[in-house]
Amino acid sequence: MDVPLIFERSRAGRRGVVLPPPENGWVNPEAWLPPELVRTAPLGLPEVSEQDVVRHYTQLSTLNYGVDTGFYPLGSCTMKYNPKVNDWAAGLAGFADLHPLQPEETVQGVLTLLAELEGGLAEIAGMDAVTLQPAAGAHGELTGILMIKAYLAARGDPRTTVLVPDSAHGTNPATATMAGFQVREVPSNARGGVDVGALRHALGPDTAALMLTNPNTLGLFEEDILEIADLVHAAGGLLYYDGANANAILGRVRPGDMGFDVVHLNLHKTFSTPHGGGGPGSGPVGVKAPLAPFLPGPRLVKQNGGWGWNYRLPQSIGKVRSYYGNVGVLVRAYAYLRAQGAAGLREVADMAVLNANYLLARLGPQYQTAIARRPVKHEFVISAVPQKHRGARALDIAKRLIDYGYYPPTVYFPLVVEEAMMVEPTETESKETLDRFADAMLAIDREIDASPELLAEAPHGTVVSRMDEARAARQPRLVWETSPRPGEARGNQGGH
Amino acid sequence: MNIPEDLQYTREHEWLGKDGRIGITDYAQEALGDVVYVELPEVGRVLKPGDIFGVVESVKSASDLYSPTGGTVIRVNPALADHPELVNQDPYGSGWIMELAEPAGGDLMDAAAYRRQVGA
Amino acid sequence: MAYLPYTEEDRQTMLALLGIPSVDALFEDIPQAARLDRPLNLPPALAEMELQSHLAALAGKNRSTVDMPSFLGAGYYDRYVPAAVGALASRGEFATAYTPYQPELSQGTLAAIFEFQTMIAGLTGTAAAQASMYDGASAVGEAALLALAHTRRPRVVVARGVHPDSRAVAKTYVTARGGKLTVVDELADLEQALGEDVAAVIWQYPDMLGGVNGMIGAVERAHHAGALAVVAADPVALALLTPPGAVGADVVVGEGQPLGNRLGYGGPTLGFFAVTTPLIRKLPGRLVGETVDGQGRRGFVLTLQAREQHIRREKATSNICSNHSLNALQATIYLALLGPRGLQQVASRSAATAHYLAERLEAVGLVRVPAGVPFLYEFAVRVPGSVADLNRHLLQAGIIGGFELGRWEPAWDGLWQLAVSERRTRAECDRLVEEVRQWMSR
Repeated sequence: MDVPLIFERSRAGRRGVVLPPPENGWVNPEAWLPPELVRTAPLGLPEVSEQDVVRHYTQLSTLNYGVDTGFYPLGSCTMKYNPKVNDWAAGLAGFADLHPLQPEETVQGVLTLLAELEGGLAEIAGMDAVTLQPAAGAHGELTGILMIKAYLAARGDPRTTVLVPDSAHGTNPATATMAGFQVREVPSNARGGVDVGALRHALGPDTAALMLTNPNTLGLFEEDILEIADLVHAAGGLLYYDGANANAILGRVRPGDMGFDVVHLNLHKTFSTPHGGGGPGSGPVGVKAPLAPFLPGPRLVKQNGGWGWNYRLPQSIGKVRSYYGNVGVLVRAYAYLRAQGAAGLREVADMAVLNANYLLARLGPQYQTAIARRPVKHEFVISAVPQKHRGARALDIAKRLIDYGYYPPTVYFPLVVEEAMMVEPTETESKETLDRFADAMLAIDREIDASPELLAEAPHGTVVSRMDEARAARQPRLVWETSPRPGEARGNQGGH
Repeated sequence: MNIPEDLQYTREHEWLGKDGRIGITDYAQEALGDVVYVELPEVGRVLKPGDIFGVVESVKSASDLYSPTGGTVIRVNPALADHPELVNQDPYGSGWIMELAEPAGGDLMDAAAYRRQVGA
Repeated sequence: MAYLPYTEEDRQTMLALLGIPSVDALFEDIPQAARLDRPLNLPPALAEMELQSHLAALAGKNRSTVDMPSFLGAGYYDRYVPAAVGALASRGEFATAYTPYQPELSQGTLAAIFEFQTMIAGLTGTAAAQASMYDGASAVGEAALLALAHTRRPRVVVARGVHPDSRAVAKTYVTARGGKLTVVDELADLEQALGEDVAAVIWQYPDMLGGVNGMIGAVERAHHAGALAVVAADPVALALLTPPGAVGADVVVGEGQPLGNRLGYGGPTLGFFAVTTPLIRKLPGRLVGETVDGQGRRGFVLTLQAREQHIRREKATSNICSNHSLNALQATIYLALLGPRGLQQVASRSAATAHYLAERLEAVGLVRVPAGVPFLYEFAVRVPGSVADLNRHLLQAGIIGGFELGRWEPAWDGLWQLAVSERRTRAECDRLVEEVRQWMSR
């Protein structure tokens, strides 16, 4: 791209912001610091004017594509509309300008909000207690699995193995390892669900938990969930619910009623908070009552007629982050919850599922799911194997969709489907949008035979075309340098 | 697909030369795609057959490397640090990965058997 | 219903194509016994107009740092955020995008993260930084995990001067992996705590009592014992202080809130994570790298992804998936606006006022702890009497006082931690000192 970086716009002496001088004038750091602690190395920051900054980041923003830009059917990511009133609320000084260590009597409004959100999420998940602390889904998984570990240890029954289906998100096995468990994979059956026979075989006295997404990453509901829950419990293990796909079940069925013991929810998916180009998210965790003593601290408690923080939690797993959670994200999710109410949330699930099934039907015989026709939930996975035989891979179709003005679906996940394309329309997209997208997919399918070069060279007209990712990984350049290799100049500057 | 007759092979697609040199096969490099990094073992490390001695990374995969035989690591390929693509370009030659002293043991097959395994 | 675009006609057309009478047909594979047969028990829906009133009322029940001067710190500082930061970072193209997996549609986020990585590497004096962590405490925890994996040693030594939340997260992470955590009080105790089983020494710079003097010695001793030196640094202080990377720290992490992020009652903010060259491939989380496209044009991509959970699965060092991209963007815009001189002036203005306040407090009889140690804009004093009582007195006078450190550590009983940002004035400090004097003479 021919867009310069902020460093390349720098001119010595230019300033974006000017600070008022201290009331007794500027003082050199030598006044406060011994010589060996006074910085001599340059800071490596650009020198630019405020207008330079505004134009630079405005220009960069135009190279991006967000939900505000257009249809974003990225499977497993639930890219629904992010309501603006939520951002407005999170920006109020009464939420955004509170120091986390302020006296509790000065923050009763935000504590009330957090307590009500805990209660609402517990009701939606069918759980007894909720922590709002985890900063993301994976962070929630770690929190949940550590609680299971602590609960089993307290029961005098420490166990070593966590089971995950072969279709699981990569965070599930990584989380189990991070929590100190062995990981054992459970295969899928021909209908895309957990192979109950294989599960029975894998379960044993070493089984701490089974981690499950339901609907799973194929967008299919685990029909055998009650039997699975019984089997896991009978073996002495616990059932963990990865809430990545909770958008499909709101108000219809609750993880707690399916037999799950621990649940995390992704507020940046199901509860409409913006993804921010990769974060911040939020991954609250709910548990059934026997696991509540192990929740991370501090916990919200009602005391002296108001809300406060309780740090005296002898059985807690400890802390997983600083302070209380991604409060700005929690305010947004709370606003969403209050805007929807019970009927609204159920309608969200209904329309997310109707949209996915309608779009799948519109794609016709050209694009088929890998599993024999079953109603999907909020998303579906098509396998572009027929297209591959005709010369176009899933990646080519994805890149060609960019030319049609869409963000491409997730490709090559889940790993159990060859040439996977994972499509999640969400409930906030209109029928016209789905129709136009389906028409684009069908047009691309025709192009595979009519003009294959259009796919092979896609995308056209973006600021960059397909990138050389091998080069990026072989000779990593991770910082901007005037010299060719990272590390060397930077290290020298530091005075090694 | 290139499967030299004078080498021995493992089920996990490593090859072992008579001089104790070890690398991954043409089939393996093809399946991995562009190799971007090879994590090498420390010289002096003692390996048993089947031990994991390193990792080979492509842009979107990471695969453990299993020692085809036992022995002590006496050399690793210094060129791979800057040129991991050698594993793709010349898997049996300049893309070799490590060399073991006094290689012994291991469940190895000859070229014909390996050819059958990969269906070539 | 909020945010749903359907007409009844749309719905009927869609159902007709599927050949089903109602949406219920799509949920029939859910076992009857598990289905929810009642409405969720939630408060009724509010229209946006009602919602705004309700949220404004909740916000109004809080008293913010806009309403009262605050002397709280501990990693989160009441710093001035230029108006352009929020105006730019809230653009929908940034805020409503997903992780930049499709580089052709994500060069905005990718270029900004690349700039962020460069700025953090520069500030910390290291070779490279990754795309950001959840917060400073989880960055410390991840640094401990990196050290365990890199050195294959089981124990981490952490200074008591490290933020208690960071220490607590490190303990959670390290013990989950079967490792151990040892706390040391000061530099002199470090020698004895070190051994061949120690993977890392974690030091904070400046530490919880504001001291900046132990870092260099801690790095040296860590290396002497064959351990990694991990420094948790305040990024604004690094405008004036020798960067840890320059004296050999292997990993430099920290809480990024002071860089253009509002306090937000503790989140979301960002953590930063930077390393020297040999550790680049051990970095947890996302990384952006420069490369070229098919036509040789410069562009940016997520790179070294083979380290990450979505590829390594159970063999990954960390399960971290997301970063705090939007917060990192705010930090990047902030640093661009401030530039090198602006950031030095933020630190310098804060330090000038803080030293004024420290002198005034000592004049009314509060003793600084530890005595004589150099500090910048955060320090601790011993309070004769109850710190909680003093803070209550100040609150009645409309001042958010310093933090009662004894709430976190018995060793810090009676200590009052005060932070002075560039937003604090001498007049506010005078008012604080006057109230302290009145409280003491009661």
